Amino acid sequence: MSEATVAAVVPRTRQRTAEARRKAFLSTVATHSVAIALTACFVLPLFFVVTTSLMSQQQALTHDLIPHPFQWRNYTDIFSEEPIFRYGWNTFVYAGLATFGVIVSSVPVAYALSVIKWRGQRLVFLLVISTMMLPSQVTIVPLFLFFRNLGWIGSLKPLIVPAFLGDAFSIFLLRQFFLTIPSDLIDAARVDGANQFQIMWHVVVKVAKPAIAAVGLFQFLYCWNDFFGPLIYSSNNDSIWTLSVGLQHFTTIHRGVLWNQQMAASVVFMLPVIILFLIAQKAFIEGVTLTGVKG
Amino acid sequence: MSPWIVGFLALYVYPMLASLYYSFTKYDGGKAAPKWVGLFNYRFMFTADPLFWASLRNTIWMVAVSVPLSIVLGVGSAYVLTKPRRGRAFYRTAFFLPTMVPAVAASVAFLFLLNAGGPIDHILGFFHLPQPLWFLNAQWSKPGLVVIGLWGIGSTMIIFLAALLDVPTHLYEAADIEGASAWQKLRYITLPMISPVIFFTAVIGIIYGFQYFTEAYVVGSSIGGAAGSSGSGLGAPQGSTLFYTIWLYQQGFEAFHLGYASAMAWMLFAIVLVCTLVLIRSSNRWVFYQGGGFR
Repeated sequence: MSEATVAAVVPRTRQRTAEARRKAFLSTVATHSVAIALTACFVLPLFFVVTTSLMSQQQALTHDLIPHPFQWRNYTDIFSEEPIFRYGWNTFVYAGLATFGVIVSSVPVAYALSVIKWRGQRLVFLLVISTMMLPSQVTIVPLFLFFRNLGWIGSLKPLIVPAFLGDAFSIFLLRQFFLTIPSDLIDAARVDGANQFQIMWHVVVKVAKPAIAAVGLFQFLYCWNDFFGPLIYSSNNDSIWTLSVGLQHFTTIHRGVLWNQQMAASVVFMLPVIILFLIAQKAFIEGVTLTGVKG
Repeated sequence: MSPWIVGFLALYVYPMLASLYYSFTKYDGGKAAPKWVGLFNYRFMFTADPLFWASLRNTIWMVAVSVPLSIVLGVGSAYVLTKPRRGRAFYRTAFFLPTMVPAVAASVAFLFLLNAGGPIDHILGFFHLPQPLWFLNAQWSKPGLVVIGLWGIGSTMIIFLAALLDVPTHLYEAADIEGASAWQKLRYITLPMISPVIFFTAVIGIIYGFQYFTEAYVVGSSIGGAAGSSGSGLGAPQGSTLFYTIWLYQQGFEAFHLGYASAMAWMLFAIVLVCTLVLIRSSNRWVFYQGGGFR
């Protein structure tokens, strides 16, 4: 290439990179503007809820954004007006025990549906999947009558005990994960003389910790947020109400007024799970991605 | 396996058969045994219960609007997340955060956020946009519920984000060489590649959409009855939030028409099943599987 052509080419390339850089810069600005606008849509509602929860009742009806003065009393007020500690404890007992139950009962089933091979396995797996599709309304009337005959209505038992009999969604999620475990690992344990239970406990459970954590998180959140179950089974016995039923009741008796206290109660309800999410975010998002299923 | 088998029989097989039997009877859950009435409940549903049709219409409206919207906005917000080179984790957390908020707390929050004179009203007024009365107006109450649903779009978005990041980049590079426009790339590469996830989301959305309950219950019971009307006020305003499961709940657990509620539950199951099958049938025309075949 002669020197003349090089000289002619260089400035043009330089021009083009400057042009490209300008374009890249503009597209970065555009991307972030859209992303920030969306962030506002998702986060501002929470911001308004929190600020309103700290306002006086009068100020909550104005357009003010910042509480003046900060009325922290709202949070102590709701605790004295409603038995929130009891609601919280009930919610925690329900979510905690049901999560424990689902894990101890679903791991063996998922193990039997993935690691062990047997006749009729596919059919049983299809049955498990199909129970996920069944609307809960179809079984709720007989289950209600069944639990009533046992004298369990007005207690947390109808919510907790069934969790110890396995949960289709958790079985499905765990099975999908167990299938990805290399068979060499399992064969090696078998050669060493481990029985099925030992293989499950020492090999599969150890490797599948992230999946088990995800199942536990999903189940805990599901129970924490559950409204239909506690609504049906607590049957007006407010000593076993969970936070969801308690908050719904609180909103109904203060229709359209006391927004500050309603928002404070909502914050108390959502804060534990939001903190849980911020701590366990990675396990959580991996879990959602793993299944492609909503929690 | 055995705990699951006990659970399957006690929590699914027996209740399904029992509720199918109840659906042919008149039964109030009291001492008197269920009285066989044949197809009366089903005939009554179709010919003599206008609220059955009203609740079905409301539910179909909700599914038809919120399922496509959440897919479009889910893909859209996931697409925004694929762009920024820096800050993606921050945006993802922000977009996902509302998903953590329990349904009852989210409903209470939006009862405040969307109330006349509330923050969203104020923002719409600032931009000279229409300021509807949302939950106080029968025309706007369902769109208000859609807003609550879209706020918690996070898990759908995460699934789409994983799908978008899975699309092989060489396809886009090849399209760039061919001089394809951004629209062409979206239409002929991105959408076909993520179509299995769109399909999956649509199926789940329909199954859960027909069971829509909690938000409608909280909003209806808070708005209704404010004017001193009788009962729990569910469905307010003017029956616009009377969804299928709300009517079923009122029939079953407020009026104790257990036979009729069971018949409604089985009809719901049939409707969900038909919709899902139609969607699966249509899928081979628009869902593209890389490996071929159903996953």
